[in-house]
Amino acid sequence: MKGLRACLVAAVLCFTSSVPIAHAAGAPKQTLRVFAAASLADAFREIATAFEREHPGLEVQLNLAGSQQLASQLANGAAADVFASADERWMSDVREKQLVDGEPRVFAHNRLVVILPRTNPARIGRLQDLTRRGIKLVVGADAVPVGRYSREMLQNLARLDGFDVDYARRVLANVVSEEENVKSVVGKVQLGEADAGIVYRSDVTPAIARYVRAIEIPEPANVLARYPIATLAGSRMPDDARAFVALVLSPSGQSVLQRRGIMPVTGTP
Amino acid sequence: MSHAPDARFAAAGRPSPPLIPGLAIAAIGVLVLLLALPFVGLIARVSPRTLLVRLGEPAVLEALRLSLLTSISATALVVILGTPAAYLLATREFRGKRLLEVLIQLPMVLPPTVAGFALLMAFGRMGFAGHWLSAFGVSLPFTTVGVILAQVFMAAPFFIAPARAGFAGVDPRLLDAAATLRASETQRFLRVMLPLALPSLVAGVSLSGARALGEFGATITFAGNLPGVTQTMPLAVYVALQSDLDAAVVLSVLLLVMSFGLLLGLGSAPPGWMGVRSGAGHPGSPPHR
Repeated sequence: MKGLRACLVAAVLCFTSSVPIAHAAGAPKQTLRVFAAASLADAFREIATAFEREHPGLEVQLNLAGSQQLASQLANGAAADVFASADERWMSDVREKQLVDGEPRVFAHNRLVVILPRTNPARIGRLQDLTRRGIKLVVGADAVPVGRYSREMLQNLARLDGFDVDYARRVLANVVSEEENVKSVVGKVQLGEADAGIVYRSDVTPAIARYVRAIEIPEPANVLARYPIATLAGSRMPDDARAFVALVLSPSGQSVLQRRGIMPVTGTP
Repeated sequence: MSHAPDARFAAAGRPSPPLIPGLAIAAIGVLVLLLALPFVGLIARVSPRTLLVRLGEPAVLEALRLSLLTSISATALVVILGTPAAYLLATREFRGKRLLEVLIQLPMVLPPTVAGFALLMAFGRMGFAGHWLSAFGVSLPFTTVGVILAQVFMAAPFFIAPARAGFAGVDPRLLDAAATLRASETQRFLRVMLPLALPSLVAGVSLSGARALGEFGATITFAGNLPGVTQTMPLAVYVALQSDLDAAVVLSVLLLVMSFGLLLGLGSAPPGWMGVRSGAGHPGSPPHR
């Protein structure tokens, strides 16, 4: 049975292009494996570098993918030390399977924006235009945190003045692709293939902003994405895992997040 | 009908020390285990009852319908577009032939994601051909036609290679005989080449059909992922793997059975088609008159 599971895990891992390859030779560095939501990519790369500087002899291996995909890899036995999810749903999922060690902590927030290619091929001027027939909208799949948040946000908009009660349904009818992580949504818009996409505000990095423009979502309708982080029960280096989580929650970790457009959670106990 | 491959095998099969067969059997055993175990694991994962119940689910049927529609269309296109190319490569020498060969083989070795990205660069809305197409209101990404295009791109070499070998393997003397009977090239093709090469063509159909059925990377990159429009069975498996493992297993078993059946039923590849490139039966040379 162990073998079958290993096969399945291998299959799952093969699907994710983001799995880093273990370093072969060199100094026998210990590797801390951090599974993090795709939207955390830039921030966590920076935090990982800082962590490695503080802990010589330790190497951080980041596995960046949709949170649902990471949760599935963990459930199928993938070895990891830290899990940072883009929503609480997948953290609870992993937790229910007894894979989490201790209490998860929310370490960051995020907001959604609608992005358009710079050229704005569909001439979208405001959020109401997203209901126009023939618009090519790309969103995250429902299992992906950003996809769930997007649907929630559209429902919220439908309750605002100036929006149709039917708004969410009509916008979702324009979806041409459901992506497996938020970065794929960004990619489709950045390439100009989609007319619009719903992503996190932090995804509109300076590099991306050269290709896309963002439409802000009215604050009362926007959702607050909550990112929990936890050390994992299967970790063989729990102290280092806790140290990594502590760094993420520390003022310096929080300031890295803030610089990357992710909202720090200030004043958490 | 003593063909080149036979001669080759005879040369390779000279008396060998008795140790080799034992090792060879061990190697084959390892290989068979390696290939078969994942499939056994997959099938053992789900009870026949669950399998039957879940097979009837709309989501599964939707993916199945889309997969059948796209892979059958893609295979038909591959045969229509690929047969002349295979014939040309098997019977003619021309400048740039080697380049054409490589171009046709390239999708076999290219990572499918790269292929999908390249397709976007060409046929995407901002791609150079797609830009031109969109002037006529034609847009391929995010459409079922886009899925078929991705499948044709990836599956064509799997038809062309065996088809070409089949054409090249037709005894040139038969063609000469037909020519002395004043058969035109078209007649020689239809009456001599095609019937004799038919087993290879059928093998090519099954290989390319199975490849189209299993296409994933180019499809999700170029055509996106939407149930009923672009979410074929492999994409549905990928999505289900992350949320509904049972559904993933059911779809995988279904794909496995279909591919197995396709290869078993039609794929009786004529011996030596993979090896046509070496030995006396060089595909380009013999029947060219």
